[in-house]
Amino acid sequence: MYAYAVRRLLGAVPTILAVIVIAFFMIRLAPGGPFDSERAIPPEIAANLAGAYHLDEPLGDQFVRYLGNVLAGDFGPSFRYKDYSVTELLWSGFPVSAQLGISAMVLAVLLGTAAGAYAAVRRNTIVDGGIMALAMTGIAVPNFVVAPLLTLVLGVYLSLLPVGGWGGLSHAVLPVVALALPQVAYVARLTRGSMLEVLRADFIRTARAKGLGARRIVTRHALRAALLPVVSYLGPATAAIITGSVVIEQIFGLPGIGRYFVQGALNRDYTLVMGVVIFYAILILLFNLVVDLLYPLIDPRVRYD
Amino acid sequence: MTDLHAHIPVRSLWGYAWLRLKRNRAAMTGAVLLALIAAACIVGPWLLSHELDAVDWDHIQSPPSLASEHILGTDANGRDLLVRILHGGRVSLAIGLAATLVAVIIGIAWGATAGYAGGRWDGFMMRFVDVLYALPFMFFVIILMVFFGRDIYLLFIALGAVSWLDMARIVRGQTISLKYKDFVLAARAMGTPPLRLVTRHIVPNALGPVAVFATLTVPQVILYESFLSFLGLGVQEPMTSWGVLISEGAQLMESAPWMLIAPAAFLTLTLFCLNFVGDGLRDALDPRG
Amino acid sequence: MTRALGRQGAMLAATVLAWVPAAAVAATVNLGNGTEPESLDIHRSSGVSEANIQRDLFEGLVAQGPDASLVPGAAESWTVSDDGLVYTFTLRQDGRWSNGDPVTAEDFVYALRRGLDPATAADYAFILYPIENAEAVTRGEIADFDELGVKALDDHTLEITLKAPTPYFLDMLTHQMGYPLHRASIEQYGEAWTRPGNMVSNGAYVLSEWVPQDHITLTKNPEFHAADEVQIDEVLYYPTEDAGQELMRYRAGELDVTYDIPADQIDWIQANLPDEYRNYPYLGTYYYGINTTIAPFKDNKALRQALSLAIDRELLTAKITRAGELPAYSFIPPGVMGYEQQAADFAAMSKEERIAKAQALYAEAGYSPDNPLQVEILYNTSDNHKKIAIAVAAMWKQALGVQANLRNEEWKVYLASRDEKNFEVVRASWIGDYNDANTFLELFLSDAGPMNAPGFNNARFDELVRAAAFETDVATRAEMLEEAERVFMDETAVIPIYHYTTQHMVKPYVKGWANNIKDVHPTRYLSLDQ
Repeated sequence: MYAYAVRRLLGAVPTILAVIVIAFFMIRLAPGGPFDSERAIPPEIAANLAGAYHLDEPLGDQFVRYLGNVLAGDFGPSFRYKDYSVTELLWSGFPVSAQLGISAMVLAVLLGTAAGAYAAVRRNTIVDGGIMALAMTGIAVPNFVVAPLLTLVLGVYLSLLPVGGWGGLSHAVLPVVALALPQVAYVARLTRGSMLEVLRADFIRTARAKGLGARRIVTRHALRAALLPVVSYLGPATAAIITGSVVIEQIFGLPGIGRYFVQGALNRDYTLVMGVVIFYAILILLFNLVVDLLYPLIDPRVRYD
Repeated sequence: MTDLHAHIPVRSLWGYAWLRLKRNRAAMTGAVLLALIAAACIVGPWLLSHELDAVDWDHIQSPPSLASEHILGTDANGRDLLVRILHGGRVSLAIGLAATLVAVIIGIAWGATAGYAGGRWDGFMMRFVDVLYALPFMFFVIILMVFFGRDIYLLFIALGAVSWLDMARIVRGQTISLKYKDFVLAARAMGTPPLRLVTRHIVPNALGPVAVFATLTVPQVILYESFLSFLGLGVQEPMTSWGVLISEGAQLMESAPWMLIAPAAFLTLTLFCLNFVGDGLRDALDPRG
Repeated sequence: MTRALGRQGAMLAATVLAWVPAAAVAATVNLGNGTEPESLDIHRSSGVSEANIQRDLFEGLVAQGPDASLVPGAAESWTVSDDGLVYTFTLRQDGRWSNGDPVTAEDFVYALRRGLDPATAADYAFILYPIENAEAVTRGEIADFDELGVKALDDHTLEITLKAPTPYFLDMLTHQMGYPLHRASIEQYGEAWTRPGNMVSNGAYVLSEWVPQDHITLTKNPEFHAADEVQIDEVLYYPTEDAGQELMRYRAGELDVTYDIPADQIDWIQANLPDEYRNYPYLGTYYYGINTTIAPFKDNKALRQALSLAIDRELLTAKITRAGELPAYSFIPPGVMGYEQQAADFAAMSKEERIAKAQALYAEAGYSPDNPLQVEILYNTSDNHKKIAIAVAAMWKQALGVQANLRNEEWKVYLASRDEKNFEVVRASWIGDYNDANTFLELFLSDAGPMNAPGFNNARFDELVRAAAFETDVATRAEMLEEAERVFMDETAVIPIYHYTTQHMVKPYVKGWANNIKDVHPTRYLSLDQ
């Protein structure tokens, strides 16, 4: 297992390099530069700005310079937030996004698997239908509708929770719930689907024949087998949560890196976007590695290739 | 001896699946409703008196009423909401189906091949998936939209190009599990060539999660498109989509709730139907019945 | 940074401690502030959000009262020479930086030189160009800063020499490019001088905390010369990009003043919170620019005028934008100092007359419902711009049969398209940098560059605007600019749509927040009545 993990980690290096290259050139080639502003800048000032940020060098040189800096841990200054370096912005935004994302993921997995398993066990009853209907609505309603709705009811009308900003448990409740909801729904559906298949399997029949209680069967034997598609889904789930966090952070005004990302693209803040992309890339790669490592632990017949 | 085979029609695997599907009432109801919605979206706008972009200056942002001839009300620009929902349906359904189809085909091909081949091939193919995965979806699509402009065909491609990744991962995961199952090992022992093994034995067994996930991909694609529209990168005026209508309505939840409820109802109903059809497909295609 | 993490711990503690009744409560006001500041360095930022914060941190020679009138700031008095070229400022003796150092004329010399230094690359350097040799310095033509028309005669006397009499010069000095800087701390901290703890400021407040994307905290500056009049101890600025979200936070009590208002909820606000809704004219105009360098608009005044006449501005402002904006029949908005609005001649016509005339002109240009004009309207992503574009397209279609399609681009791309003249009709707006007609008209000089989006090129107009810059007699100057605007409006290179208003929600317990045409509300005049 360790050999596999090390091999994967080493394999990740060219992946990250590829990501950096693609992202770098794409955003540099996009129309609109970081210093375009409402008042067109007089040419001499524009020239000064370009020089200060090395934008007048050939693209290749800019890339090499950038790569060198990154390897030294310096993502460069933000083009738009001129008082901060990208590293500082990522460092200040990451705890927020991480707390948001991890809480949402945990909520999604726990609540989702529990709901899905329960629905599967109570197949074709009202409970099953009800849970699946709720799950459907969780998927069908976009989070930029759910979030303002929850905020309106809980934050404005009932004044139970703060509406925006970040700073404590109460600030986290609404964003985490809004972010987790679609994933709870997906996980619930997946769990139910695979649980239903597992419950029909022979080894379950054997267990039942041996006289094991229903609860024991479900939690000890069936759940473990049914979790395989869920574990497969954890990768996409992370991506979905990262994508969703962009909207959620925007709506609740949270100081996380999701917001930096969108604003960076729209502002052509090259260094900030690169920083966020590389950051996400490392995060996702690590997470997928963990998922792939978990797989054989759950299904012993699967080997590391 | 009587020739039994003369009276029993021979059916293929897919034939049996179709029979099972037809028997599933929920799935058939869902399919019928979907067809009705699609028909309404395609034909409806021709039957209604209002045009997509006609501004009714006397009824700006007005609630539904029969007196004003706007059955579902009007939007913030005074345009009839029902017509816009139907037009939007055309766009949303087209985007959902096209992008999902792209995703399914590529995803199955890629994932099954990688999962079955294993070893270096698997590593290489999945690393490619990783590279694409590591580019956050939004980033990729935003840059594409900015480079090539807001073309709806580009939207299909971009959304499909991002959605096949999940499919490939799921199929690969399933393939890896199935690869070591007894019936596969048996077929291998019998000398079945790999391509037939994959297409005949592995893929049909993997189709369960794929079908379910595909029906989950359609709404996902539609929602992605709505988020892009939110940022101003989706379909362009005067074209519209359910995503655009819902994001417009979400901002006016308190003052003009019909602008949110009407398109959201259409979307939710469509997704419920897709859900039932997807479940039906899963049950029908599961060979162990 | 550990500051962010520590902050969360502190927040948690503060939330808990909030239950403990405090002995003396500091007066704190929470302000919504639009976008996250690009920078708090006065030479590296140019937006309204940044200006609001910088206005609380620094004080220029001339300051603004609660109604935006000009009052003495760091300078207690000044004289102007007869030819209008030399301004001599006498600084107040009790002006101090937040670290106790006195504010001297050298601080202004240093700041103005830094602002014009090509190495600083300040994008608003051009606003200082009325100063003698300023433009040459920024272009790099003059390397010796001593030739710049800014001199410290002694510690408390500053002399500024202009290249031409500029009646709006004092107003321009209220812009952040005119603020002083504390040289010693900038040289000590370099790029990091804008961090809390490093920044030394001479205004009513000092920077005490900055959590990016979350909030910026300013606390009262005890060294400020008018510190005993300042009643707010602490002001928090929050980035609020989404107006709808901002309104919700305001309603929940988390914000005391908002930066803006979601346009489509105006009716709801006027019905439910009418006393907290502030709406006031603003020095700006929303207009559509027509690309006069390409067909079919080139040399085609009739077509351009037809398009302008076919728009029903009253209906637009009444039903679509609904924020009390003034329909615009001139480019320069009302309220500009010493200037009379020049309404276009069709302002007096009734709607039917305008439509009739529009149709006649349209036909004259060679178009008809059977041979309609195909035109594309470019606008940047925003609900408001979208709604207006849809309405204008509908009006053109109804009145003339024009086939308009809409092109929506996000901000940076839109700017690139506009600057490269890659458009037919473009949505634009202009907010005056200072309270004078010149800031609106100089946009359209033939050599104004990309800012002159329509590519307007008229010799008489250039002649009038340039001559006005040297005219010392106020009345004559006003006449010249008024005629220039008439020439401009007649050519219809742009279609003015409405004159801006600003809108804010202000809690009833916030006092001293006065409506004014420049929309400035320095916190030093605010107080809380709770």
